[in-house]
Amino acid sequence: MSVIKTVDRSTARGSAREAASASMDAASRPLRDKRRGQGAKAQLVAWAFLAPVVVYLVLFYAYPLYRNLDLSFRDYTLRSFIDGTADFVGFDNYVEVLTSSTFGPAILNTAVFTLVSIAVQFVIGLALAVFFFRKFPLSSTLRALFLVPWLLPLLVSASVWAWMLNSDSGVINSLLGAVGVPQINWLTSPQWAMVSVLIANIWIGIPFNLVLLYSGLQNIPDEVYEAAALDGANAWQVFRRITFPLLRPVSAITLLLGLVYTLKVFDIIWIMTRGGPGNSSTTLAIWSYRLGFGSGSPELSPAAAVANLLILLAFAFGIVYIRLQSRMARA
Amino acid sequence: MRNNRSLVTTVVGVILTAIMLFPLYWMINVSLTQPTELRKDPPNLFPVNPNFEGYTRVLGEQLPYLGTSLLIGLGTVAVTLVLSAPAAYALAKLRPRGGTTLSFVLLTAQMIPGIIMAMGFYLIFNSWGILDSVGGLILADSTLAVPFGVLIFTAFMSGIPDDLIAAAKIDGAGAWRTFRSIVLPVSRNSVVTVSLFTFLWAWSDFIFASTLDRGGDLQPITMGIYRYIGNNTQDWNAIMATAVVASIPAAVLLVVAQRYVAAGVTAGAIKD
Repeated sequence: MSVIKTVDRSTARGSAREAASASMDAASRPLRDKRRGQGAKAQLVAWAFLAPVVVYLVLFYAYPLYRNLDLSFRDYTLRSFIDGTADFVGFDNYVEVLTSSTFGPAILNTAVFTLVSIAVQFVIGLALAVFFFRKFPLSSTLRALFLVPWLLPLLVSASVWAWMLNSDSGVINSLLGAVGVPQINWLTSPQWAMVSVLIANIWIGIPFNLVLLYSGLQNIPDEVYEAAALDGANAWQVFRRITFPLLRPVSAITLLLGLVYTLKVFDIIWIMTRGGPGNSSTTLAIWSYRLGFGSGSPELSPAAAVANLLILLAFAFGIVYIRLQSRMARA
Repeated sequence: MRNNRSLVTTVVGVILTAIMLFPLYWMINVSLTQPTELRKDPPNLFPVNPNFEGYTRVLGEQLPYLGTSLLIGLGTVAVTLVLSAPAAYALAKLRPRGGTTLSFVLLTAQMIPGIIMAMGFYLIFNSWGILDSVGGLILADSTLAVPFGVLIFTAFMSGIPDDLIAAAKIDGAGAWRTFRSIVLPVSRNSVVTVSLFTFLWAWSDFIFASTLDRGGDLQPITMGIYRYIGNNTQDWNAIMATAVVASIPAAVLLVVAQRYVAAGVTAGAIKD
């Protein structure tokens, strides 16, 4: 911590110059002395380069998080915007949120949305990765095209899906109607709203899974496959006994990243259903946004409480991810 | 025989890609549909009688939003590069004490849900008086990219040979000089990768725009589309035309910089 403070006071350029002159001075001193002096200087230089990011992290990550936490323990009203004061209310907001009739559905929807999304994305992504790994003509071009949905603004994808799933004029119902399926109210009926946002979210997540798993396949040595071919293994056996087990570390990371990113999903659901009808597609992220910004009368403090529950979940999975990744790096 | 099989595979691949990209085709198709035929059942599967009214409306009504998004995107790229490249150089080559902890913090920071940041920023920007401003949005959007930027740059810069840096030192270059004249030019590719992704994320941002810039004079294109959706749900051809235009950066990115895209996805997640 003291290092950071020292570095803050001098500019990066200044301390770099100091370091340069210091190392020239040091050249005339005995070797041992030189090393130690250089060590401290080198640290100073290194932290001078890091200082802007450290300040940034404090100001634009730690501080907002702190404000959010603080907010959840206060009763922030419209008046608070003007005079900046808000009464401390302890855990009241959390009690309000936990006893709300939205809490149960929101937790359940978050779980369903997250788990179904990542499971289906993973299965389809893996199948496609194995498929594209066969390297046929055009395979790399087609694989690149698969990335497009992931690069589009989420708002664009969500609007397109919303129109495609429109009850009366959507192309999906029209195609289904052609094979005799009666009209489905995708976005406006409680039993289909969650399915609709799942379809859109899975579509967006497939490219990410495909790319990660494909790169995982590339890291499996060819000799393993050659040996299996010599032993007369068929395609399914190769997948079951070789590809899948060797892909396990990459799979774990793909799934966990998917989990962390899916917990955050907001744009898609908000544009397509706003969490409705009722609470049928309300996740924690949607609920928090709706409380804070969704209506004319913002309830920022309960919104912050919901957001903090969400962050607890995200961090729990995040820690698992980082653990896993460092174990992989060591292996 | 072999040729035959790979032909079949290619055909299957093309069909799968077509299914995957159908929503995009549909977006373009709807954007060209006559307003009177929008609610036709069954809908026109092809833009038989293309109509560019949607695009004329985009040009008439959405240009300020597009300009704002461009400005925000470029500003966010600038902030991200300035912050992340030097930090990555230190993490990759200068062995700072506590560097591992910092990398860990960055990795965790990436995972914070946007709604939480938005709420915190809302209060902070309110007291700083930068709600509804382009500058505020640039700052908020940069949080989407800075950790990613540092991680990508660190991964790349770790690969720069130590000899190159030692040579610069022998020539009398200080750390900053080395960074400016050796490390940055060599890292051109990762600068491109980070810039592309940062621009795309800032361009696509909706949650910060819809919370921190709800009433500003200058709003990004995502808010432009959102207003269309909110105001006149009848004009889906105009909405889809705006969506097409808003997708242009993604398309450009894919065409111009395909290899950087895949590199960005994998490097961000696996190599850290």
